[in-house]
Amino acid sequence: MAADHNAFITEETIEGDADAEGPLADATVAVKDNISTEGIRTTCGSEMLADYVPPYSATVVDRLTEAGATIVGKTNMDEFGMGTTTETSAFGPTKNPVDPERVPGGSSGGSAAAVAAGEADVALGSDTGGSVRCPAAFCGVVGIKPTYGLVSRYGLVAYANSLEQIGPIAGTVEEAAAALDAIAGPDPHDGTTRDLSEVEGADPDASYAAAADGDVDGLTVGVPTELFEGADERVVETVEAAIADLEAQGAETTEISLPSVEHAVQAYYVIAMAEASSNLARFDGVRYGSRAESDGNWNESFAETREEGFGAEVKRRILLGTYALSAGYHDKYYKKAQDARAWVRRDFEDAFADVDVIASPTMPVLPFELGESLDDPLRMYLADANTTPVNLANLPAISVPAGEADGLPVGLQLVGPKFDEETVIRAASAVEDR
Amino acid sequence: MSDTSDSTDDAGEAPDGGDDAAAAVDAEEVRHVADLARVRLDDDEVAAFADQFGDILDYFEALDEVPETEREEELVNVMRPDEVEAGLSQEEALSNAEETEDGFFVGPKVS
Repeated sequence: MAADHNAFITEETIEGDADAEGPLADATVAVKDNISTEGIRTTCGSEMLADYVPPYSATVVDRLTEAGATIVGKTNMDEFGMGTTTETSAFGPTKNPVDPERVPGGSSGGSAAAVAAGEADVALGSDTGGSVRCPAAFCGVVGIKPTYGLVSRYGLVAYANSLEQIGPIAGTVEEAAAALDAIAGPDPHDGTTRDLSEVEGADPDASYAAAADGDVDGLTVGVPTELFEGADERVVETVEAAIADLEAQGAETTEISLPSVEHAVQAYYVIAMAEASSNLARFDGVRYGSRAESDGNWNESFAETREEGFGAEVKRRILLGTYALSAGYHDKYYKKAQDARAWVRRDFEDAFADVDVIASPTMPVLPFELGESLDDPLRMYLADANTTPVNLANLPAISVPAGEADGLPVGLQLVGPKFDEETVIRAASAVEDR
Repeated sequence: MSDTSDSTDDAGEAPDGGDDAAAAVDAEEVRHVADLARVRLDDDEVAAFADQFGDILDYFEALDEVPETEREEELVNVMRPDEVEAGLSQEEALSNAEETEDGFFVGPKVS
């Protein structure tokens, strides 16, 4: 039995279709605890939903079990996905299997830790501002953030709808890609999913697993200076060595500039907090969720329920989001953040006129020590500098292990044009082949 | 939330007028926003949040440098025929409620 990393909140099984064939037949899958599982509690890492048992499963869960995978449990996470370390969970922090003194990253830390510790073949996370790629990087595994609209969010408990996608985490690029093959595709229950046969330039018959062929001959890799500036020297060296290996395999690298990304973290947090303040208004203790014992009226009862049910980081984001949307501040924060989002998107579009993928460190830092960043929220937010631009631009990205620095894993992030998952998967598989 | 009667309230003083760069937040403002968001806070939380919000909002100030950018969204409406489909049963819909009565949710008293 492996050491307990507190990767799971609930260990229960949903059997996969025994007759299914394909790469996921008999695979074990761990599912982040903000993805609904019929009959199995889904807590979002929150006291608020500690006893919540969904009456239906998320589309992605059904697709995995239909492909033959067995769900083995629900993984620990930052409360409602709000964090970069998995320390804001009401169920205690998850430890990084590589070094149990360190965080696994977040918010899908339990998912990455379960894969890294061999407790599941594959895991699902959700990525709102880096929550799949960050823990993949910190735990030394692979994580994919799909293009917005590729994977159904039906059954994902919403935090910031316009930014988030469910994505797979696995030990290899090919395994993660095979899981993406299973979960991708339009869903009538999620009106933001796209049918690739109707998307210009996309390949509706794409096999993501088959794209993991390691062939980067002639591929152009853009290296944006902005995403290396300010990063830990040890991270930069490790990532540059991995990019040099891509060159040795026939890829061409070229320096590019994405000036807008200097504002990505600010824009991301304003938009995510604003959407969170609206999404989390539903937790009032009436239809689901815990309810405080209260003698007060309607509003007092709600306020007491939410005081008890939410942890500090969730309260912080709800309040800041409410502030940013309120009269007198909306134009200053929210409108400006939307301008920044459009600017980031245009910057990436311009860059992809010249390059096939964009490479950078996934995280500008090595995994934090447990407790190190918990009392300094701004410091935690700044660690998302390289991952948040991708969500703002709705693009696909992957984090693949680039090597180690001081014995700790370093992730290389590869970003591609919209719905061109195949190219980032191909490039990542070459990094892995070194 | 069902009561939205004062959700459009001002969250405090409008930011224009003074051009003091520091976005200082006082305890009163934190309490006001918490009230709008229906989150009760104890005094320690109010004090900690006032400090942290000052730092975070200071950092958000850099958004002022962002140029106005045209947003070309290629959005289309997603429609489906208006036909009855299977949904949750009443029992399933009520299964996670703290309190129910005769097939209804029971909420807190209104006043």
